[in-house]
Order: sequence, then structure tokens, then C-alpha cells
Amino acid sequence: MVQTGANPIISDLRERIQHLGGTVARAKTVLPFGVREIDGRLPGGGLAYGAIHEFAGGGAGAINGAATALFVAGIAARTKGKVVWCLARPDLFAPALAQVGLHPDRVIYVEAIKEEFVLESCEEALRFGGLGAVVAETVRLPMVTSRRLQLAAEGSGTIGLVIRRWRRPTEAGDFGHPTAAASRWRISVLPSDPLPVPGVGRARWLAELIRVKAGESADFVIGACDDQGRISISSDAADGSGQTRRSLHSA
Amino acid sequence: MVGLHVGMAAAKAQALVQGLHMVDADPAADLAALERLTIWALSQYSPVVATDPPDGIVMDTEGADHLQGGEELMLSGLVNRFRARGLPARAVIADTWGAAFGLARSMTAETKVIPAGKTADAVAQLPLSSLRFSAETIVSLRTLGFKTVGELAATPRAPLALRFGPEIGRRLDQMFGRVAEPIDPIRCPEIIEVHRAFAEPIGAAETIAKYVSRLVAALCLELQAKGLGVRRTDLIVHRVDNTIQALRAGTAKPVRDVAWLTKILHDRIEKIDPGFGIEKLSLAATMVEPLNDRQIVSSLVEATGIDITSLIDVLGNRGTHRIYRQAPVASDVPERSVQRISPVADEDGRTWPLTWPRPVRLMDRPELIEVIALLPDHPPVSFVWRGKRRRVKRADGPERIFGEWWQRTSEWTAVRDYFTVEDEAGERYWIYRSGDGVDPQTGSHRWFIHGMFA
Repeated sequence: MVQTGANPIISDLRERIQHLGGTVARAKTVLPFGVREIDGRLPGGGLAYGAIHEFAGGGAGAINGAATALFVAGIAARTKGKVVWCLARPDLFAPALAQVGLHPDRVIYVEAIKEEFVLESCEEALRFGGLGAVVAETVRLPMVTSRRLQLAAEGSGTIGLVIRRWRRPTEAGDFGHPTAAASRWRISVLPSDPLPVPGVGRARWLAELIRVKAGESADFVIGACDDQGRISISSDAADGSGQTRRSLHSA
Repeated sequence: MVGLHVGMAAAKAQALVQGLHMVDADPAADLAALERLTIWALSQYSPVVATDPPDGIVMDTEGADHLQGGEELMLSGLVNRFRARGLPARAVIADTWGAAFGLARSMTAETKVIPAGKTADAVAQLPLSSLRFSAETIVSLRTLGFKTVGELAATPRAPLALRFGPEIGRRLDQMFGRVAEPIDPIRCPEIIEVHRAFAEPIGAAETIAKYVSRLVAALCLELQAKGLGVRRTDLIVHRVDNTIQALRAGTAKPVRDVAWLTKILHDRIEKIDPGFGIEKLSLAATMVEPLNDRQIVSSLVEATGIDITSLIDVLGNRGTHRIYRQAPVASDVPERSVQRISPVADEDGRTWPLTWPRPVRLMDRPELIEVIALLPDHPPVSFVWRGKRRRVKRADGPERIFGEWWQRTSEWTAVRDYFTVEDEAGERYWIYRSGDGVDPQTGSHRWFIHGMFA
């Protein structure tokens, strides 16, 4: 899908410029979300392979990174092949990843003994090629490092997903600094879908596309990943298909 | 035991214990057994290993401990493996051979790691026998009133040297690291090894890298002739000042791939300190396993399962990462339902039961919260966590998890009731009450937060 409003001459020119830049030797493909509203906003109709994408949580999510991790796990689940998950704080609970379709056999955790080594292992994994996705949970993502990651991803065609997770709420202002990521997202939690009975419905998130290369930013209210890692625009998620939630009782 | 100790007279021992069974000492067999142990340690722990007769093994573990998970883990693993065979062992890591020798033979703990640069403090209280003197020297020193290494080290050298010769000064310097004491590593003929000696000492990183690549190629040729793949590769660096440095690279599967081995070793060249120059490089395949030829990825065959072992090896050999997969365990208790397994373990397709929602982040230690809740089985109306009160808008539960009475007695009657709660902002938490809300036997009825949902 071509960017809204772009005419064929411009898109042709863009392709030729990319070709001259030498960044795309292979046919660049994208990983669509399968949601028309979101894919339409992204150049090429989805998250580009061979690029890094940056995700952060809003509010308390900037520290615990729960919704962000699940959003990213949903994206990783829809790729093919192994997923390398680089982290320094091992509080990720693997059963939750399995619930969004990321099978435990597919995920290899690379736990760094110090925060600094996370991006190093992420770069190595991106360079390796042949992986479905590489996820890194990190506090800092300096411009230079992000360029290195971006180049590594371009070289191998692997999609890199960087989760920004801070230690203190005040540090989250760091997300304003520019990086070489192809797209930047902020995922915040919203109250869940109302149910006709007491209980917690399907989780809803506010996904803010803050920056995207060759595209415009946008906000989406989405329903959380189902057991295949698919998200949906919240209004049409009311049927609750593919949910693993229950609602038995509440005060 | 009843006062028996090494070196006592046989008659005295027989007087202490009735019907004591006596066996003649067989030093030759002891030495042979020690050598077998040393060769085993060579394949397991470090490239530079030597026997330290009559009862010790000395190894230089620098550049090799990362394969065992660090120094502490390596030592405790080592001692445990000996204990499993009924052999009590003492293991020490210190800056110098002398210090490790003395500490291992005089401490009561099973393992000890002396941090770099702390040798002088650690050895001050050791007895004189730690210094590897002859028996008569020790007796004479005791007559003069010396008891510990610290006292001897604080005494002026000249009078001691006049009376006992240079031996005392040499042993003290070896212990404190003022004089080098190289380990002459044991070698067994089965080890496949390639060498490269240099007419002029080399030192530049690029030069080392070049020769390492050549050595790897030569080693792989030899391995191919024998149909073997390597699990542990040792790069041994002989410097002109007669010291040896070693780097050990481990792989998760047997390997014979030149590019792969070269990359693992090149990654760590920066750890080599060439000093005044390197006169010889050796590359040894210390641990080998059979490896048959097989199809590598080709454009004709669709690459289905891409082998990521090489990535795991590259990251694993840096020593800064732990690499694992998480696998299900048949347990309802959340923190026990996950175990870490080797990243190259068999993929058996098992997963967790996906019936109940599970949080994305699980705290290693549940945190106490204050709640307002109606007992026995209602979710809280509000709770205070980290000093902030949150009103519960929606909740699900309880999901009752019983303690595993077959694991430990404290869980015979234990119960946890888990609730999923959502506050006004939409943050979703996993909280539980210890106990079923009625019977105080089942738990303290205090509330904890255990995880965060997305």
C-alpha cells in the first residue's frame, strides 16, 4: 500500500533513491498488522523488515513496560523463525508470551549481566540474520547505537524491536531524543472493554505512532493481542473472539 | 574423627582406634590418579592445568571461568562434583599460585575466591606450612618464634637470607605475586594441537588475528581428517617473558567450521595482553566430539530450521550474557511454572496451559499491599501499593492455587487466591491473598501484588 496522498511518480522516485542509497539490495518487505487503519498509516503497509522500531510505555508502563512487551511479543509472534529477546531485568513471565502466540520453543533469552551489554547482544543478533525478530529491552538508546542497530538490521533484513524501559518516571523524557528507528510507538494501557457482567474484559491500549519514516504520526485505540498476536481496532473487538480471558465473578 | 590426622604415627593411631585397618601408602598410584584427575580438569575447566603433587591441582582459570558461569559457580560446581564421588575437596581462586596453595590447605570453608589485589590481607594469618618450605626450615622458623606468614613477611629479609638462604624470600615473593611462577601445563598426546612459533615476537592485534585465523584453518583440517568437531578450543599464548596466557572458547555443539571458530576467538583477542611480545601461539582442541559431515544451507534446499548455535556461541563466549530458553514445568505455583533450559535443548513443543490469564511481568518477590476487601472471596475495593492508593474498578477472580504439599511441609495447607484487578487508569495487576479467607491455617490473609498485566 502506498502512503496516502503520494502519487506514483513520487513513490517511483523514492524507490530509485533508495536503490541509489544501496540500502535495499533485497526486496524490502513489511510485516502488516492486518488492521487496515494502522497499516494504511505505515509506508509499505506495515512495519518494515530490515529496520529497527522503537516502543515505549506511557505512564507507569514506562517503568514496567508490560503493555509494550506484550505488543512487541505480538509482533514477534507473527514473524517466522526464532526470536532473540535481549534483556537485563529478567522479570518477563514467559507464559504470558505464550498466550499471545509466541511459543516458548521460539524464544531465546539473552540476559546481559549489565544494562550496557543489552544493545551489544542485540546488534550481534540483528547481524546474524535468519532470525524472525530481535527484541531488546533497554534504558538507553543513543543515536550512534541506534544507527549501528539500524545498519545491522538493514544488512540482514531482520526486524529489530527495541523496548525502552526506564527505571524512574523522570527518565522517560529521554524518549524525546531522536534515534535512527524507522518508527516509534508509545503504548499505554486503557480501561478494558466493558463487559455485560462484572469482570475484566479484553485489555485495550492506546497505541501512539509518534514518528514514522516517510509517514505521519497517528493514535489508535486497539484491543490487546489475541492468542495469535493480532491486535484489532477496539470498536470491532466487542465479540471477544480468540480471547483467553474469563469473567466469573467480581465485587 | 577421633583425633586422627594426616602424618601421625601409625602406632598412635592404632592406640586411638581399635581394629584400625591399615593400608600401605602407594604414592605412585596416587600420583597416577592425580594425573588422571588433572587431565579431566583440563577438558572441563581450564587450558592451563598442572598437577601439584602430592595432593593438589593448580590451574589458571583466567579466560575460562565464563564457561562455567563465573568464578564462584565454577568453584562450587567443582567441589560438588568431587563430593559426588566421595572426595572432599578445597578450592581457592587467588592472584598467585602460592596464595591459593596456602589458603586451600588451611581453610575450613570448601571454596573461596580472593578478589584481585587482596592477596596480602588474605594470607597474613596463614601458618608457615603454607609457604612450601622444607620441613626443617619450618621447624627452625618455629624455633625462632614465627607462626604466621604475615609475621615472616614483616621481618627484614637480609638476616633470614643469611641464615636460610634465598628460599624464604623466593617463596614469599611467589605468594605475594612479586615473582612470576608459571604453571607448566599438562598435555596428553590425544589432544589435537597446532602451533605457530614466531622468529620475531608479535604484538599487534591485527597480527594476532591473522595468525589465529591460520591456526584455526590448520586445526579444522586436522579435525576433519579424524571426523571430529570441537567443543572446547584453547588458544595458548606464550609470551617472551615466559608467561602463558590462555583463552578458552566453548561451543554448544561440536564445530569444525573455520569461520565460526575464527569469529569466536577474534571476539576475544582484545583480552590478550601481549606484554613484550608473543613468541608462540598454540591452538588446542581440548574437548572433541564426533562430527559427521552434513548438508549446510544451500540455495537449492529451503532453509527451514536455521541453526542459530553459532550466534549462541558468539554471545556465550563473551562472558557477559546468560543465554537460555524458558520451558514449562508442571506446577500451578506461578514462580515454579517456568524453568530455564539450555538454548539448544530439544524443542518438544510443550507450552503452558493457556486457560487463565498470566501477567507479562512477574515480580521475583511479591510485594505486600494494604487492601480494603470483603472476606472471604471478594476482590479488594482498593489497595495501596508503593504509597499510592488505587481504586479497583474491575476485577476477576479468585483463582485458587494450592500449595504443593509434596514439595515441603510448610505448604501442606497453604492457599493463594489470585485476583486480576484493574484500577481507574486501566492499569491491570495480579494480586493475591495468602490464605483462603476463612481458615487461618491456610495463610496469613495478607495481600500481595505479584505481577503486572498488559
